[in-house]
Amino acid sequence: MDNNSLSVEEIIHSRRLLKRKKRLLLLFTMPLLIFVFITFISPIATMLYRSVYHPTVSQLIPQTLVELKRWDETAEQLPDGETLKQFTIELRQLAEQRLSGKLAEEINRLKPGSSSLIKSSARKLKRKSEAELQQQGDQLLLGYSKKWQDITVWRAIKRAGPAFTDSYYLTTFDLQRNSDGEIEQRDTQIYLKLYWKSLKIALIITLLTALLAYPLAYYLANASSKIANRLMVLVLLPFWTSLLVRTTSWIAILQTNGVVNSTLMKIGIIDQPLELLYTQFATIIAMTHILLPFMILPLYSVMKNIDPSYYRAALSLGSKPLPAFIKIYLPMTIPGVSAGALLVFIISIGYYITPAIVGGTEGQMISNIIAFHMQSSNNWELAAALGSLLLALIIGLYWLYDRYVGVNNIKLG
Amino acid sequence: MKNYPKYYSFWHILAHYGLRFSSLLVLAFLMLPILVIIPLSFNVEPFFTFTDGMLALDPEAYSLKWYAEIWHDDKWLLAIKNSFLIGICATLIATVLGTLAAIGLSNPAMPWQKLWMAILLSPMIVPLIITAAGMYFFYSQLNLAGSYLGVILAHAALGTPFVLITVNAALSGFDYSLVNASLGLGARPTFTFFKVIMPLIRPGVISGALFAFITSFDEVVVVLFLAGPEQRTIPRQMFSGLREQINPTILAVATLLILISALLLFTIEYLRARAERIQSGELDD
Repeated sequence: MDNNSLSVEEIIHSRRLLKRKKRLLLLFTMPLLIFVFITFISPIATMLYRSVYHPTVSQLIPQTLVELKRWDETAEQLPDGETLKQFTIELRQLAEQRLSGKLAEEINRLKPGSSSLIKSSARKLKRKSEAELQQQGDQLLLGYSKKWQDITVWRAIKRAGPAFTDSYYLTTFDLQRNSDGEIEQRDTQIYLKLYWKSLKIALIITLLTALLAYPLAYYLANASSKIANRLMVLVLLPFWTSLLVRTTSWIAILQTNGVVNSTLMKIGIIDQPLELLYTQFATIIAMTHILLPFMILPLYSVMKNIDPSYYRAALSLGSKPLPAFIKIYLPMTIPGVSAGALLVFIISIGYYITPAIVGGTEGQMISNIIAFHMQSSNNWELAAALGSLLLALIIGLYWLYDRYVGVNNIKLG
Repeated sequence: MKNYPKYYSFWHILAHYGLRFSSLLVLAFLMLPILVIIPLSFNVEPFFTFTDGMLALDPEAYSLKWYAEIWHDDKWLLAIKNSFLIGICATLIATVLGTLAAIGLSNPAMPWQKLWMAILLSPMIVPLIITAAGMYFFYSQLNLAGSYLGVILAHAALGTPFVLITVNAALSGFDYSLVNASLGLGARPTFTFFKVIMPLIRPGVISGALFAFITSFDEVVVVLFLAGPEQRTIPRQMFSGLREQINPTILAVATLLILISALLLFTIEYLRARAERIQSGELDD
């Protein structure tokens, strides 16, 4: 044994020390981990769960669904009498608890037109006693309407049964199941269009911020540090100013008798005020203004570290300025451009406040429709499915960001 | 005019001026929308526009009445109180937990560092509408929706990534032998923490806290979903004001917010410059 190697005791001792150190480090980090898991990760998980979990029907008619399990929906036959009796019993209970409308609404989504069928039958069943229904509920039900003979109604009921459903994800892709259970396209394309529009708006904003930020970042990076520091305040002050303040100012600028319109009218370029506010244009210009610092800052930090002598060398060796710029300088700034572009794109795709205030109807993005389904239409499951898809999109983009830029390079200010 | 190198052509010099001009235009694009707000907040008329009197600098066209209106409106006063209360509570939670976690995470011996980092930074990356929707589902089940505690916890969660990042940056140049020396000389761990680690990372902790505060102070989407009428904050009040009926009081509030952000910006810049001087050894602290 040579002198450099450690004895067994020493190795055990150092391992024990390392273990103790790791435990100590975990002890420091644990409080925040637990906190973030409870306050942030669990809510996100709840939302993901919500997008596939829809137990309404399974809670309304649990026994019928158990009976329906025995029924082979591919056969051209109605479910057996026992099942129908069970259904009438449960429907009567729902009618008494004023819940039959809820069931009608759920089944109607899968089989349009069945809402009135279920409601009217429920009304009639309410007058019958449970014993009576146990005896001849199936006959009564089939007697109320011919539509109960339609197998597709029963297929819809069976299909609405499971507590876990993919139907909200199908909706987000503008798909649906027809009465045979096959996936088909919806007549109106709403959500895919909206996703494309949001991606398009985010892309335009990314391009605009890159175009505006590049010359300014170049100028700041090559100016004397005294000038650069002073001008940097003009970049950082908007960055620090409240989002709502900046959105407010765009209302003042763009509205019918706002700064832009009144200036243009006074100069005499236009005699009718332009419709600028509550348009897609308003969303784009306001968000470009708000996100511009997110492009300038990474570009600036990359350009600051580029040695200007490469570019000068190319010029002094006889290259024309423009080719020298394109071949020498531009490639060196690509890391900054891609960092800024991904950052702006990721932020803008999920934006909510600014489109909601200045965007009108045509300037809305995915976030706005999620908020609509949360607050106005109360279709929480659909909101959750749309949100999960947006989340998947963001995680994908973020993964790209991490791969090409590195999360640890996020700097503030 | 500057002296340009001999190999500079006419076009090159033109490009130079073009660059300067376009940079100034972009700076104007950044600043003007914010500057527009300030004079408009003194407008005597209840409009968001410059009146002829304002442009002629007529003193009659200016007034402080929208500022006075803030103080006479219970809704705004409640919103201001709430913004500070929620912001300060959320900042305290985020700063304490974030600083501790950053100390653990910045050590290379920390197992699964990258995974923890990804999870802990996620509140910053996930779009607010998703966070807000999820929190609404989850906090409602815990009866936290529509309560101060709910909004404070939510804002604290949103603020922690900023504390983590700034404290991590402050710790990146940290010499751990100082800790070992302190412990080796017999200091207790808590003493070492407050007398050795804390003074060195203080600028990072303070700017992290300021980031956490401004995150809460400026946040509106989560408040929109999670807060009841009792927890209305300034941005929430502005949001409904902008959507429902546009009242120039918003411009007065906006001007005050611009002042606050300018104040915060200069504080952070001062701290950053100081931290740089400490790290380069120019300043002993």
